[in-house]
Amino acid sequence: MSLRYTFGGDEHIFVEVSEEMSLEAFFMALSMTNAVRDADIRGVTEICPANASFQIKFNPDLVHPDDLMAELKRMQEVADKSEPVLNTRVIEIPVYYQDPWTHETLMRFRERHQDPDSTDIEYAARINNYASVEDFIEAHSGSPWFVSMVGFVSGLPFLYQMVDRARQIQVPKYLRPRTDTPKLTVGYGGCFSCVYSVRGAGGYQMFGVTPMPIYDPTQQTPYLKDFMVFFRPGDIVKWKPIDREEYDRNLAEVEAGTYEPRIRDVVFSLDDFNKDIDGTNAKILEVLNAD
Amino acid sequence: MPINVKSAGLATTIQDLGRPGYYHLGIPMGGAMDRLALRAANLLVGNDEGAACLEAVFMGPALEFTQDTWIAVTGGELPPMIDGEVQETWTTLKIKKGQTLTFDYIRSGARAYIAVAGGIDTPLALGSRSTYAIGALGGVDGRAIMAGDSLPIGAHSGSVKEGASVPDALRRAPGKPAELRVLPGLYWHRMTEAAGEQFFKDTWKVALEADRMGYRFQGGTPVEFVDREPPFGAGSDPSNITDACYPYGSIQIPGGTEPIVLHRDAVSGGGYFMMGTVISADMDLIGQLQPHTLTKFIKVNMHTALSARRDRAALIQSIRDTLR
Repeated sequence: MSLRYTFGGDEHIFVEVSEEMSLEAFFMALSMTNAVRDADIRGVTEICPANASFQIKFNPDLVHPDDLMAELKRMQEVADKSEPVLNTRVIEIPVYYQDPWTHETLMRFRERHQDPDSTDIEYAARINNYASVEDFIEAHSGSPWFVSMVGFVSGLPFLYQMVDRARQIQVPKYLRPRTDTPKLTVGYGGCFSCVYSVRGAGGYQMFGVTPMPIYDPTQQTPYLKDFMVFFRPGDIVKWKPIDREEYDRNLAEVEAGTYEPRIRDVVFSLDDFNKDIDGTNAKILEVLNAD
Repeated sequence: MPINVKSAGLATTIQDLGRPGYYHLGIPMGGAMDRLALRAANLLVGNDEGAACLEAVFMGPALEFTQDTWIAVTGGELPPMIDGEVQETWTTLKIKKGQTLTFDYIRSGARAYIAVAGGIDTPLALGSRSTYAIGALGGVDGRAIMAGDSLPIGAHSGSVKEGASVPDALRRAPGKPAELRVLPGLYWHRMTEAAGEQFFKDTWKVALEADRMGYRFQGGTPVEFVDREPPFGAGSDPSNITDACYPYGSIQIPGGTEPIVLHRDAVSGGGYFMMGTVISADMDLIGQLQPHTLTKFIKVNMHTALSARRDRAALIQSIRDTLR
């Protein structure tokens, strides 16, 4: 791969693996950032993988920018040879599609939307050629998703759909960003799904909401006791459509501190995936639902 | 003995030198926007340079002290008043039990740093007391201070000279127009050559949307982009990229119209092209820009960026030497 290296001021090196999104580009960014972490270079302070790029922050008092740049370029040889295999986890995330809260919010911001006369999910279903919203939800929740970046704000995951490109959902962002998005909204922009970790501004289309907290700065949520951010790049996610009743039940469990997300360990091989996408996904979901 | 907050000011937050190490999870380093001013304030009251202070924006809080102690106010020219009597900025001040610290109208700059001997001693969150309000992290319950809060103060062991002061020559404030030095790079190639040149020729103006996350600028020429076929995942607007990391200080221009310089509470990534990055030495200055301030961006190379960084470090060293 031909990587593009550039400085972000005197404290950052930014590396674009590819202009366009692909799992190959993501894996390259991940292996490069893993190599940098393992190398434990003096002066490096932040190592941030992204969808198809990555960024290193450093202290130029401790390492000269040109020296660090040269070292990163050398590391590409190691990363080029690394096997695109990941020991990761697959997680089930319940989603209450077309919930009343994101509906109320999207109605408030209709004038910022491409299609003020339909809801975000109706619009997304139509422009992706699905006959109904139900068919669209089936497509969105049917195959697993890859967490290809964590960021924007506190612990927000970007998720990339694990299907061939022809079947990938694509939806533009709002014409002008909203000033409000409910916490835990499941959103969509470009080819990425996301979960808004906190309430705030946002430009992604809103499809639904999950009852499962993914960021807890107080660390009271049992599964966020060790760390306040739930997602890590490389996680695999399966959306599980739920209705109001199940949402309320999940929420009561969250509030009682008894909610346990369904998480299973899984090995993901990019080569196996590229050889047989549906077969690989079926195996991942088997692991998730085995017991 | 705590400090009692009688009124909070506009958006007064607890800040120190921040929490690096979590940007890959979308948690920015945060901390004082004007780090030199925070260090100077702490030095004036004999604190560790990175102790937590109050960062006041445009308007100061009213604070009631419950013990005799030392304070200092640095940064923008926001004159402190003790029981109504105006005091010097950038100077070690004595305040007595029962006295109230208030502030006069801001004369220049945008942010003042209020240091108290011992530092503010709220709980650490990921290694820092800095308030990151978007993520409800640090500070007082993850938010700006409010009237009725009681701020705990740490133990103090440093030495203090009443009336010690940082000389004018060692204080740093933006010029007129403000000048921010920029290293071009990142997605610079998305703009035409003429658009890149024009960006540096134009005089910009700080917009009202200017906060700890970023500063927006207006009044320059809209960017002309190089034609392209949108890459898969990027989005259809010519200013879109496949969502990527954003460096601190990076300059994005959504839709090609109004540049935004990301600051200490930056969003860690997103889908807009960036044309370069404000150099580390000039980040402090941004924190002192008021809305409507005229601003020029100055194109520099890495050599200049590093020498400016050394100059800033030398300035901080001079402040240390003066106050020793």
